[in-house]
Amino acid sequence: MTTEEIDAVAKLDTPAPRATGADGPAAKKRVATEGGVLNVFSHGILVVWALMVGVPLLWVLWSAFKDSNGILTDPWGLPTALHWENWSNAWNDANMGQYFINTAIVVGGSVVGTMVLGSMAAYVLARFTFPGNRFIYYLFVAGMSFPVFMLVIPLFFVLRDFPGSTLLATYHGLILVYIAYSLPFTVFFMTSFFRTLPNSVAEAAMIDGASHTRTFFQVMLPMAKPGLISIGIFNFLGQWNQYLLPMVLNQQEEKYVLTQGLAMIALQQGYENDWGALMAGMMIAMLPVLIVYAIFQRQVQAGLTAGAIK
Amino acid sequence: MQHGKYRFIVGFLALPLIIYGVFVLSPFVQAFQISLTDWSGLVGTANFIGLDNFERLWESDDFWNALRHNVYMLALVPVVTLGLGLFFAFMLNVGGRRKKNEVVTGVTGSKFYKFVFFFPQVISITIVAVIWFNIYNPDPNDGMLNSLLGTVGLDSLQNSWLGEKSIALWCISAVMVWGHVGFYVVLFSAAMASIPRDIYEAALLDGANRFHTFFKITLPLLWDAVQTGWVYMGIIALDAFALVQIMSVNNGGPDGATDVMPLRLYVTAFRDSQFGYASAMGIAMLIVTMTFALLTMRFARRERVEF
Repeated sequence: MTTEEIDAVAKLDTPAPRATGADGPAAKKRVATEGGVLNVFSHGILVVWALMVGVPLLWVLWSAFKDSNGILTDPWGLPTALHWENWSNAWNDANMGQYFINTAIVVGGSVVGTMVLGSMAAYVLARFTFPGNRFIYYLFVAGMSFPVFMLVIPLFFVLRDFPGSTLLATYHGLILVYIAYSLPFTVFFMTSFFRTLPNSVAEAAMIDGASHTRTFFQVMLPMAKPGLISIGIFNFLGQWNQYLLPMVLNQQEEKYVLTQGLAMIALQQGYENDWGALMAGMMIAMLPVLIVYAIFQRQVQAGLTAGAIK
Repeated sequence: MQHGKYRFIVGFLALPLIIYGVFVLSPFVQAFQISLTDWSGLVGTANFIGLDNFERLWESDDFWNALRHNVYMLALVPVVTLGLGLFFAFMLNVGGRRKKNEVVTGVTGSKFYKFVFFFPQVISITIVAVIWFNIYNPDPNDGMLNSLLGTVGLDSLQNSWLGEKSIALWCISAVMVWGHVGFYVVLFSAAMASIPRDIYEAALLDGANRFHTFFKITLPLLWDAVQTGWVYMGIIALDAFALVQIMSVNNGGPDGATDVMPLRLYVTAFRDSQFGYASAMGIAMLIVTMTFALLTMRFARRERVEF
């Protein structure tokens, strides 16, 4: 999912500081009385959809251990032997290792940058009155409704003709762009979050002689941790999976991020060649996301749907 | 104190505003400027040509073709996705076995279902596209979908999917639905959980069955979430770039059957170097998206039910 999609929703709704991932009513007692038929029916449909979603994803996993010929001619077959060489082929020969490092550098830099700059701006906008406050807030929020496609052409030239040296196909160029495009939603989300925090703690810190800056970093930021986690996960996933922006702004192969690398291999291959390495490459690209999702399932679901819930 | 306050405000706002201004706001303004020129990308070669690009766009069969495909998807994808999302969310939250002490119960394992359903949301659209590219492999024996159909004896349904002009667009739409249903299951589940239990209780005492419960209670109370979801899904249907670019035969083929606006823009700009014309497409996309969002909000507005 791209950030602009979520942004578009969020724009249309009032802020929700933190959506609680609702887990349906917990099944505590297993006293079955009625509704058995419907229960079987609903379970049946749910299982079918779960298979439709789960099997293609598992297919990537088991195909990552098959030889290319097997993937192509017998797509449903389980691996006969574990072809670990797919993984090293993907990492080395198909350059997924390089793409992985590129992605980690860019996303690492941009997530940290987005969080720091976004919460700084949001904090000021949420808790200080000054002329132009509303104007700046709406300027940020308006960014959630711009279609990115409309912006990529001028953006390409902004980067190409950047004073000093070009920002095209550079880590810092991509980092700056990711930050800029993540700011609208981050500012929107964090502003509403900072508004919910009590005033008294900040006031106490100020009375004790802490500066505004110190109050922010040592008192307010730690208090905003739940919000920071939600928006941090949101930004991480959005930026890790970003496709359009690097496609346009990052067209040198040695600087490719994972999504570009995968698309390139897939498009080149058509229905031939080293599918084993491609499948292993997809697993490599998915692993970090998978880990985050498995650990933070509730926060991920809450974070991604946050913009749309009141 | 005042002095310190303003220095702090400026200090905290300056950098975010500069980055945002340079990479988001200035391109937004420039998009309008570029759309009025015949720019090919070389510095200093842009000529002002007024609204010529928009006139050309209006008469371009290719662009109308692409726009039409986006509109088809806009008509179909949100209905199906939200419909399935509502249905599954209702199943998960209200479709369980009746228990003695609870009026409505979710099915067992609802957390597991949500985990699986939501999964496509967290992986890259590139990976989704590559997976489905393989599922739709046209070979009757090698293609995942085709060989599955062959195994269960439905050979007559075997198809070349993305290679077949009449269904290629719908194959891509299906992937969109597949990827987004989970998002709405989670979204609607959260909204359903906030509906007070006693409303269901009262309805059951009055003899309402689940069908009635859904249409008379759940859906009206979820209307806000549905409306927002509709706009969000519509915006996705008006995009479809990555799926079409990676999955379709010959970039929008066969024979233009899956072409969409963003792909037109991308090709016009970054293959043909017609940046002025492509920018005009960008403005057209902005207008289409805005029109859709405003119309939805205008017509979907209902009396808000407070609870």
